[in-house]
Amino acid sequence: MSAAMDTESTYSGYSHYSGHSKKAHRQGRDRHKSPRSKDGSRSEKSVTIQTPPAEPLLGNDASRAEEGQDDNWGETTTAITGTSEHSISQEDIARISKDLEDSVGLDCKRYLGLTVAAVLGLLVFLTPIAFILLPQILWRDDLEPCGTVCEGLFISVAFKLLILLIGTWALFFRQPKADLPRVFVFRVFLLVLIFLFVFSYWLFYGVRILDSKDTNYQGIVQYAVSLVDALLFIHYLAIVLLELRQLQPMFAVKVVRSTDGESRYYSLGHLSIQRAALVVLENYYRDFTVYNPALLTASKSRAAKHMAGLKVYNVDGNNASGQSRAMIAAAARRRDSSHNELYYEEADHERRVRKRRARLVVAVEEAFTHIKRLQAEEQQKAPGEMMDPREAAQAIFPSMARALQKYLRTTRQQQYHSMESILQHLSFCITNNMTPKAFLERYLNPGPTLQYDRDRWFSKQWTLVSEEAVTSGLQDGVVFVLKCLDFSLVVNVKKIPFIKLSEEFIDPKSHKFVLRLQSETSV
Amino acid sequence: LLSFPFQQRIEIHKLRQGDNLILGFSIGGGIDQDPTQNPFSEDKTDKGIYVTRVTEGGPAQVAGLQIGDKIMQVNGWDMTMVTHDQARKRLTKRNEEVVRLLVTRQSLQKAVQQSMMS
Repeated sequence: MSAAMDTESTYSGYSHYSGHSKKAHRQGRDRHKSPRSKDGSRSEKSVTIQTPPAEPLLGNDASRAEEGQDDNWGETTTAITGTSEHSISQEDIARISKDLEDSVGLDCKRYLGLTVAAVLGLLVFLTPIAFILLPQILWRDDLEPCGTVCEGLFISVAFKLLILLIGTWALFFRQPKADLPRVFVFRVFLLVLIFLFVFSYWLFYGVRILDSKDTNYQGIVQYAVSLVDALLFIHYLAIVLLELRQLQPMFAVKVVRSTDGESRYYSLGHLSIQRAALVVLENYYRDFTVYNPALLTASKSRAAKHMAGLKVYNVDGNNASGQSRAMIAAAARRRDSSHNELYYEEADHERRVRKRRARLVVAVEEAFTHIKRLQAEEQQKAPGEMMDPREAAQAIFPSMARALQKYLRTTRQQQYHSMESILQHLSFCITNNMTPKAFLERYLNPGPTLQYDRDRWFSKQWTLVSEEAVTSGLQDGVVFVLKCLDFSLVVNVKKIPFIKLSEEFIDPKSHKFVLRLQSETSV
Repeated sequence: LLSFPFQQRIEIHKLRQGDNLILGFSIGGGIDQDPTQNPFSEDKTDKGIYVTRVTEGGPAQVAGLQIGDKIMQVNGWDMTMVTHDQARKRLTKRNEEVVRLLVTRQSLQKAVQQSMMS
């Protein structure tokens, strides 16, 4: 059906300008939209390919109700949504409000933690300096003179503090990349440890040195040096606990997306559940293909048909379990050819996709050779003057836009690529001298979520659902779920087996062979 | 000059066939060969040259060479410690028409041993 409609709309090479003079007004807002049917099959509209206007096509859409309808570039769209996409707009509003109210609460918590840590750090850093300076300030005259050993210790303190400063900066002063639901146990433990430690040092100092006004300055300076040494060791402990312990892989974690079953395995070390969830999510954005609700409509329609096939009337009134059993039995007995339908539909779709892909590849290759020709001509005319890639992109875009749009429609990716983004990508490819295949790599297969615009992600706010406490460590058999609004990731943890490796020694002489011949010669 | 009683001297006159001089037998063995495959030797570590085939009516058969004979010398050249190829070359020298072999035979050995024991 859509193939038939394809042939109606006129496109052949560059002649698109000629056929649509009445539609070719730049500001034309076409108010007529054919209604979309629920299962996603779209009636083909005739599309005008105009020279793209300067402003991005989607920039002026205030409401998010456009989700399913911005696939007609060239035909600037209206703001009124069609019928089936209505539910998405509601969800979007809910999502936006949820985003707003959550972000305020979490920020407070994050900043509180940061300020506590910063204050403590500053206090800790200034303590040794205070230890050394206070006697000088308070009872300078009584102090013993500082000999060479003592002065040598000053240098030691200075450098150790510098090293401590650099180490702390390297380890702790990083942009927090995530908000975790519970506190980070090891960090809290370390902060408490440092606090107790410094507190006890101050206590000792206050009682034994300040009160009694000890005159042995060298002893005081050595005390300060011992504090700095101990702080360096705590820093070492921090490195081991926070960074090194989880490096050795102990668990293989399987992540499955609930909507389409896409799965990946990751190797993790000893981590708490929340940190493991963080690692999984970071990898999700890079490894999993982007969540595309349009791809699920086929299975949803099949499921709906299964459900609608049988109508159960409850005559007696209260036999609930018997009802479901009866339904299952009836469904099994029904001679249902949905498997046949699925097979032919999938085969058909596959063929259609391949045909459109072939057309697309040819169109893009022709467009790119056209650019090369243009470039060659330009070089002959005015040597040294390069064509602006943006202009080149705009020049060849109309010739491949049609094929690209059809391909994206067939693979249901059209809402992920706006015309402006395609033009940008095209000029990027031209600038970097890429081949047509490199240009097409982005469109032929759905890529990871990171590749697309943030508005299309469908997955920004995550919830961790777990039976065990999220600060407890990973164990074999732990299952937790990362939910976002539209889908969820089910994570299953398995322990990497204990490997027993034994050795077998092979004598190198056993690899030496003597070739024994047995010939017979007649003389 | 001790002559070993269980050795025999055989004189073969080569036959001309076209461009070649042939003796009419085949040899096997040599220090570069596998002695365990030798069906004629009693001692399976013996790497000497053995006669593996004698063509019917050829000069070797006429001279009395038998299958299973071990060739000890050819025209005075030792054949007990030679490679297979060296043995072939010593037997097929182009300018020699007559080769005098010193062979030993198991049946000969057994006969002598029996006579010595009795």
